[in-house]
This record gives sequence, C-alpha cells and structure tokens, in this order.
Amino acid sequence: MGTNTNSHQGHNQVELKYHRRKHAEEMKQQVISFLFMIVLTLASFAAVIYREHMDSYFTVPFILLLAVVQLIFQLYYFMHMKNKGHSTTSFFLYSGLTVAIITLLTFLTLIWL
Amino acid sequence: MEMNQKFTAETFPHNPEKATEEGKNKFLAFWLFLGGETVLFASLFGTFLALRNSTAGGASASEMFEPKLVFIATMLLLTSSLTSVYAMYHMKNFEHKKMMLWLGITLLLGLGFLLLEIYEFKHYMHEFEFTMKSSAFGSAFYTLVGTHGAHVFVGLLWITTLMLRNAGRGLNLYNAPKFYVASLYWHFIDVVWIFIFTVVYLMGMVG
Repeated sequence: MGTNTNSHQGHNQVELKYHRRKHAEEMKQQVISFLFMIVLTLASFAAVIYREHMDSYFTVPFILLLAVVQLIFQLYYFMHMKNKGHSTTSFFLYSGLTVAIITLLTFLTLIWL
Repeated sequence: MEMNQKFTAETFPHNPEKATEEGKNKFLAFWLFLGGETVLFASLFGTFLALRNSTAGGASASEMFEPKLVFIATMLLLTSSLTSVYAMYHMKNFEHKKMMLWLGITLLLGLGFLLLEIYEFKHYMHEFEFTMKSSAFGSAFYTLVGTHGAHVFVGLLWITTLMLRNAGRGLNLYNAPKFYVASLYWHFIDVVWIFIFTVVYLMGMVG
C-alpha cells in the first residue's frame, strides 16, 4: 500500500513537471506574439505619422493588413484557438465573422448610391 | 471530477477550464457569445464607415485625433491582454496568488485605459464641440467607441467581482472556467480595439 502511494506520487510529480513545461512553452510563444503585436502597432502608427513620405494608396491597405495579422495573433495565441478542442469554437467565431463581413459590405455599398 | 474537490498542484488537471461538464459548456457558450459580439461590432463599424465623413460642418476626424493619446491607450490595452495571459498561465499551474496578482495588474491597466477614454471624450466635447448630437459622424463615433468602452467597464466589474468572490477560496474546478472565460472576454475587448485604433483613429488621421 505504502509503496503504491509513493509510486503514484512519483508519477504525479513527473506529470506535473511535464505539464508545467508545456505551460511554460505556451507562455513563451505568447510573449513572442505579444512582441510581434507591439511591432505591428508601432508600424501602423509610423505608417500614418510619416504618410507624407509614402504613396497615399499604400497607407490604408497597409494598416488594415497589420490589423488582420494582429487579430490572428490574438485569436490563435492569446485566445488559444491554435490548441486542440477548438473546432466548434472556430465554427462559432467564423460564422460570426461571415455575418460581420456581409454586414460591413452592405453598409459600405449602401453609401455608394 | 467534482467541482468543489480540493486540489494540489499535482492533482490539478492540465486544462482546468474544460475538466468538468459545466466548464465545457461555459467554454462553448462563451465562444458562441463572442461570435454574436463580432456581429454587433461589425454593424457599429459599418455604420461608422458609412457616416465618417458626414461631419455637418463640424470638426472632422483628421482635425481632432492625435496619435499620442491613441498610442498610449493602445499600449495600455495591449499590455493588459498580456498580463491576463500571465494570469491564466498561473491558473493552469495552480498558483492562486500569482494569478490574482496578474489579474490585479490587468484591472489597473484596463482602468487606465478607461480613464484616458473619458478624458479624450471630454476633450472632444469641450475643444471641438463634437458630441453625440453634433453630426452623424459624432453619433457613429460615440456609439462605436462608447460601446467598446462600456465593454471595458463591464470587464473591469466582472473581473473585480470574480476576484473578490474567490479571494479566499483558492482554485478549483468551479471557479477555473469562470476565470478562463473572463480572460477570453478581455482578449476579445483588445481584438475590437485593434480595429478601432486602425479604422477609427489611424484611418481618420489619414482622412
């Protein structure tokens, strides 16, 4: 009985170490994606502040693209969508995004008339 | 596993937010809610984009917006997103006190953001007489940015209540999903802000 409990605890210790390492790895990825997001934000602001030096057709698509990249970092790294068990959540979110994009297109085409 | 079972760091499950049936349901339903929130914000963004040049002779975006204030607000909210990631890291490691500490820092950054936004709105109202009623651009601006600000406010209340209620309890499978879902909400607020600072402020400055 005594040895059984000991080996059980030993097993738990190994598992704990393994999980902590996994958590630390994920945390590292998240810190890196945070740094990327800071760089993207700085690039967006720089593109707008120094817009006189650039083609006026370049600035707006460029900052929109950077926003989409930041969105992907947030969803997949900060909100864990890259992890297992997120297929239904992806379905919910992408359904929402589909309706969102149609809504945006509708509002933007309405004002053309 | 039981919701109120006592745990140690060794016995706490790898993904505590999804270890119980209730946790799993909460997790799924919360993402469904976020899908709905996406649609809500899309309609507000669509309205804003359609009306952003309808200034009715009043101040326009490029006259009012300054990069400095928006940049500080963006950094506050982006950093608060990282601190709530840290909080969830400590939650998974069963370190209750450290989780509380990082959630506290998240709250302070969020509060800083909110105060900055209140200052900003007051500044526009007094310096430019730019209000909800002054133009269609004004209505669209305050509705979009104000709805986001209201979300930040709700997030602050939510996380504060969670922290107070669970301060003496320690972590278990009853409150782990609650903390996890609140941090998802906080990240979502940051996601919306990315598009606000890009579409409303930066595109507004470009004109």
